[in-house]
Amino acid sequence: MAKLKSWKELPCGAIIEDPKAVLENKTGAWRSQRPVWNKEKCIHCLACWIYCPDAAVKVENGKAVGINYDYCKGCGICAQVCPKKVQAIKMEQERK
Amino acid sequence: MILAKTGNEALAYAMKQINPDVVAAYPITPSTEIVQIFASYVSDGKVDSEFVAVESEHSAMAACIGSAASGCRTMTATASQGLMLMHEMLFIAGGLRLPIVMPIASRSISSPLNIHGDHSDSLASRDSGWLQFFCETVQEGYDTLIQAVKIAERASLPAIVAVDGFILSHCMERIETFEDKKVKDWLGKWQPKWNVLDYKKPILVGPATMQDYYFEFKRSQIEGMNTALSVIEDVQADFKKSFGRGYDVVEEYRTEDATAVVLLMGSACGTMREAVDVMRAKGSKVGMVKLRVYRPWPHALLAARLGRFQTVAVMDRADTVSSYGGVLYTESKAALYELDKRPAMLAYVYGLGGKEFSLADATAVLEGAVAGKKDELVTYVGVR
Repeated sequence: MAKLKSWKELPCGAIIEDPKAVLENKTGAWRSQRPVWNKEKCIHCLACWIYCPDAAVKVENGKAVGINYDYCKGCGICAQVCPKKVQAIKMEQERK
Repeated sequence: MILAKTGNEALAYAMKQINPDVVAAYPITPSTEIVQIFASYVSDGKVDSEFVAVESEHSAMAACIGSAASGCRTMTATASQGLMLMHEMLFIAGGLRLPIVMPIASRSISSPLNIHGDHSDSLASRDSGWLQFFCETVQEGYDTLIQAVKIAERASLPAIVAVDGFILSHCMERIETFEDKKVKDWLGKWQPKWNVLDYKKPILVGPATMQDYYFEFKRSQIEGMNTALSVIEDVQADFKKSFGRGYDVVEEYRTEDATAVVLLMGSACGTMREAVDVMRAKGSKVGMVKLRVYRPWPHALLAARLGRFQTVAVMDRADTVSSYGGVLYTESKAALYELDKRPAMLAYVYGLGGKEFSLADATAVLEGAVAGKKDELVTYVGVR
C-alpha cells in the first residue's frame, strides 16, 4: 500500500487530484438488486449510460455491451429510464 | 455616494456592486429582504448574476456549493430558521474550502417563535468552518461584506457577515457607498485553486475519506482558519488604503486607563459607547472592547488586549442553554487562562429575541464590571 500523505501534502478542500483513485474502491458489494441487461432487446439509445450515476454501463463503439458489476450499486435508474417499449434492463434480487 | 439605507438595503446594494456570478437563495421568509432586493436588481438588469430561486435554504446552500466548486463567485443570504435548515450544507462548504459569502440578518431561533434580533443563528453555526464577522452599524455591514469577498477568496474559506436582525437590518442609516467600478476593481477576479468543470484537469470533489484521511483533511482545514487572521488583517489594511475606512479584528473604546471593560459584538456596541461616556463623565474608569471577528477565534489577540484590565464583563446575545452563559464568555475566559495575571470575568446574556437593551441596561453592566464581582454566575439582563 502506498505511503499515506501528511495533512500538509493534501490539496485544499478535500479534493482528489487523481480521480482514477476511485477505481480502487469497488462499490458493487453494496448492491441488493442487480440490473440484468438483455442484449436482444436493447436498441442502444444509451439512456442508461447517460443516467447511471456511477458510470457503470459499459459502452463500446457507441453501443451498450453490459453492466460493470464492480461499481454498479443497484440503484435501478437504468431500468427506470430504459424506454417502456424496450425494457431491456430488469432488476433482480442480488441473492435469491 | 451618501445614501439612506436600511441594513437589508445596504447589504443588497453591496451585493449588487460585488456582482457575483451566482446567487442561489430561498427568497421568502425566513430569509430577509436582502435576497428580495437583490432579485429586483437581477430582474431590472442591474447585475449579471445568475439568480437561482431554490425550494429551501438547504438547497440554496447546496446550489451555492455546486456553483463555487465550478469556480463562480457565489453569494446567498439568510437568517434564523433558514440558517438552521442550511446547517448540514454549511459544513460541506467549509470542508470543501469554498469562498461562498453570506450576509445574515442575525435573529433568534424558535421555539418560542420570534423574528427579532439576537446572535443565536450565527453562533449556532460557529463550528461549521465559516469565517464570521459581527457588525456594529449598517455602514460596517456594507464595508465588511465587500471585504469578506476578498478575505474568503484569499483564505479559501466561506464567510458569514452578520448584522443584528431588525436593529440593523430594518433600520435606516446614513451610509457612504463607493463607486461600482471601484468595488469591482478592488475585488478583481477570483482565481479558484480548482474547478470541478475543468475537463482538462479532472478532479473528484467531495470524496469519502475514512480513518486513513478524514482527520488529515480536517487538520488541513483547521490550518486554513489558523492563517485566516493574517489574511483578514491584510485585507483590512488594503481596504483602508483604497477606501479610507479602517477596521480591526478587536476594537477598543476609551480603554487607555480603564480598569473595567465590557467585551461584546454587534449593534449593542453603539449603546455601550454611550454608556461608557455616561460613566466616564461620572469619573468611572470604564471602556469597551468590541469584537468584530468571531471566527477565526482571535484568542491570542484577546489575551494580549484584555490581560491588562482588572475586570472584563462579557456580553453574549445568545445563550448555550448549558447553564454556563454564552460562547463569547466561555471562549474569551479560556483564551485568558494562560495569562499569569488574569482579570475577573463576568458573564452577561442580553437582548434575546430582540429584547431591548437600553442605555440604563448598558450602564448597569458597566457598574457591575466596576464592582468586579456578582452573586450569580450569569446575569440575564432585563429579564423579569
